[in-house]
Formats: sequence, C-alpha cells, structure tokens
Amino acid sequence: MEISKSFLGYKRENGRAGTRNHVIILPVDDISNACAEAVANNIKGTIALPHSYGRLQFGADLDLHFRTMIGTGSNPNVAAVIVIGIEPKWTKKIVDGIAKTGKPVEGFHIERTGDIGTVMKASKKAQEFSQWASEKQREECPMSDLWISVKCGESDTTSGLASNPTVGNLMEKLEPLGVHLCFGETSELTGAENVCAARGATKEASEKFMKTWNDYNDFILKEATNDLSESQPTAGNIAGGLTTIEEKAFGNFQKIGNLKFIDVLEPAEEPAKGPGLYFMDTSSAAAECITLQAAGGFNIHLFPTGQGNIVGNPIEPVVKLTANPLTAKSMSEHVDCDVSKILSREMNLSEAGDKLIETTLRVANGRLTCAEALGHKEFVMTKLYRSA
Amino acid sequence: MATDIIIHDKKDNVGVVVIEKITPKQDCKCWIMENDSSASIQSIDEIPLGHKIAMVDLKEGDTILKYGHDIGKVVKAIKKGEHVHIHNVKTKKW
Repeated sequence: MEISKSFLGYKRENGRAGTRNHVIILPVDDISNACAEAVANNIKGTIALPHSYGRLQFGADLDLHFRTMIGTGSNPNVAAVIVIGIEPKWTKKIVDGIAKTGKPVEGFHIERTGDIGTVMKASKKAQEFSQWASEKQREECPMSDLWISVKCGESDTTSGLASNPTVGNLMEKLEPLGVHLCFGETSELTGAENVCAARGATKEASEKFMKTWNDYNDFILKEATNDLSESQPTAGNIAGGLTTIEEKAFGNFQKIGNLKFIDVLEPAEEPAKGPGLYFMDTSSAAAECITLQAAGGFNIHLFPTGQGNIVGNPIEPVVKLTANPLTAKSMSEHVDCDVSKILSREMNLSEAGDKLIETTLRVANGRLTCAEALGHKEFVMTKLYRSA
Repeated sequence: MATDIIIHDKKDNVGVVVIEKITPKQDCKCWIMENDSSASIQSIDEIPLGHKIAMVDLKEGDTILKYGHDIGKVVKAIKKGEHVHIHNVKTKKW
C-alpha cells in the first residue's frame, strides 16, 4: 500500500500540529473542578478536565502533577487553555508552563473572588478563546507531525495473536516516515522484561528500562497482599484465555513490532531525542496511561482490545481495534478497526496494518473515533503516593 | 485454509483456539505462524475462543512455552488435548 505522506492537522505556534482543536478549561486542583465545569457549561466549544488531585502533594508526586497539567495544556490537540486553581501561585506556574508553546492561555484563581466571580471572568476569556479557535483551519501537515501513542486493554489471547501485532506492523511502516511513537505499561511487561530491555537502541536505553522496571516491580512486591490474582491478569483477561502475567506481557510486547526504543521517558515526559519509538514509565491502567502519554505530547492513540475496553481521552483521540470476532460483533459501537479476519486467516498482518494506517489517518484528519462519538473523555491523573 | 488453533512459535507447547469453541474429540487443524506450517491435534476438553490447548503431555513443574518464551509453570499434570488455564498453570512471577 502507498502510505500517504501527509494528513490534515491544526498547525500550532510552536511548530507542532494537532489532530484536534480543543479549548480546555483546566482545574489545577480538585476543589476547582466546579468552577471549571461551570465555565465549560457556559461557553460552547470548550471542555473541562476535572480530576481528583492537586492539593498538598509534594516531591516527585507534585512534579508529576505539574508535568501532567502543563503537558496536557501544551498538547498540540489543544488550541487554547483556561487554567483555574484555588491559589495564585500554582495556577501561575501552570499558565507559565503552557505559555512557552505560544498558545493563548490565561489563569484565574478563586481565593478572594469566589466561584461566581471567577466563573464570570473565566467565561469571558473562554468565549474569546472558543471563537478564536473556531476559525482555525486544518492544513496539510507531514506525517512526521503525528505523535502516536499505544496501549492495549482488556487484552485476551487474540490481542497477542493479532491486534497487537497489527499495531506493530503499523509502527514498522510509519517509523521510517519520522513519526514519534510511544509505548508504556511498565508492570505489564513483567515476564518479558529482559526481552524488552534487549530492544533498547543503546546500552543506556536498555539499562534505563531495566532500572524503571525493577523499581516498579519492587514497589508491586512491597505492596502486594497476594499473587495479584484478579489484578494482573484481570478477570477479563482470564475470561479471554490469558493465564499469567508473562503470557500477557509477551502479547503486550507485540505492539512495537521489530522496533528498538531510543529512550525511556518519565511519566508525562515529552520526548526530546527526535522521531522514533520511546518507552514511557506508566501504570497499565488504560485511562492513567493515555492521560500520561497525552501529557507527553502524543496527538493520536492506538488501542488494541480483546474483550472490549471502552476508554477514551478528552484531548487525544483513541482509535480502537480488535481481533476478537465476538467483541467486534457484540461491541461494534466501540470498534474503529476490525481485524478479526486475521484469526480466520482471511486477512494477513500486513493487510491489517494497512487497514489500521487508513483508519488512523481518517481520525487524524478529523473523523471522530467511536470513543469520541460516545462521549468518553477519561482524564485520570497518576498519583505516586499519599499527600502531605 | 480453515484453522481451529493458532500456534505462535514452533517451540510452543500450547496453541490458541481461534474459533468460537472446540468440542471434545474434535480433530483440529493447527497453523504455526512462525514457519507457516500445519499440524493437527485431537481435543479432550471443550475449549472456548482464545483459550489454550496442550499440544503435548505436560507434567507438574514443566514450563509452558508460548511466543517461544516461558509464560508460567504447570501445577497439575496436563494431557495433550486438554484445556490449559489457571486451574493447571501459574505465573513464575509475583
């Protein structure tokens, strides 16, 4: 198949390009959700991203909070941002971080004003941003403006047999075009950790991966009360035929095809070593992982599922594919790309990869994903430990 | 062309059912992806889509190989053609 050299995206001030054109209302902390949601309710064409955290966090956990907030606002799928927090200092820190992209951003703090006054002031600015963003047009962008993240969920053995290798096939075909790619799910590489480490493009990348995996595994061993049964693999994984974490890990690992990763990213860290494949240290929970990848700057997500995970994200479109014929039939409203014919051998892996590239490009050009059409916008911050 | 069971790697001692289910004493056609070869096996158990079948007799302590890699240990002897899952295989991790 001749692969398109371009897609239609929104060019941003910092040279990146978006597949979406969102105006977001970003609360700094849990208690500012009500204000943010009120503004988004007032002003059409905006979306609030409520979440549960942002108070009394400290150390690496606080750093991650800021990185996720600033990264989300900086994502090229976002045209403009309203930041609302209880206090001025942390609100300003996030505004200043996002402002480095050159996009319109303005912050409001609630103390000494109250919800009603803040909603009024923020709504006026949000209206201005929404109308400004509505005039942005899609333009031709090179494929290298695509930053593709991947994560699988509610996996079963059909994931490892077919839908994950389909993503791997896409990666092998798109990597030469200069796209950025990202996989994560640290805990779900358990059993395949040595095979994965060997895919580091450099000794440093391999060692960094092993250190990341070891840290995560030590944490899991410390906190686990039993053998993690019912968590890894999940009840859904087991119903789908997956027996052990090792089996799940080797299936998961099929998503990167034959590629090597050039660096290991902290959660929500933006890649800085140019195009190619990156590993990001993430939870294996779908919404947490995608939220971190979106905050790292990825602008379209590929999500293979076996038993039928339905996750979406408010700013990064989530393209779902499945090779499980029962899922494709019984949950068709969630499936953007059906590759179940691989199992009946009516479709080969390369044909499936081509079909996924075509679907990905249609979504990059503006077609709503199933998750977007169904209103899925799970924004879930990762918290590393208890607050002070 | 019709395939009932797919095996990832020629070293694997389990295969995955890719039709809605196989029934006891069914003569199943297997396809080995790695080298595009064929095999056959008769089932003992009913096994649903996505679940695994033992391609050889396995005894307690044996290693299950899938993708050509170690995915766990046998905790209860398994006969060729039987269902392989959490009742007879456990992780070596955690």
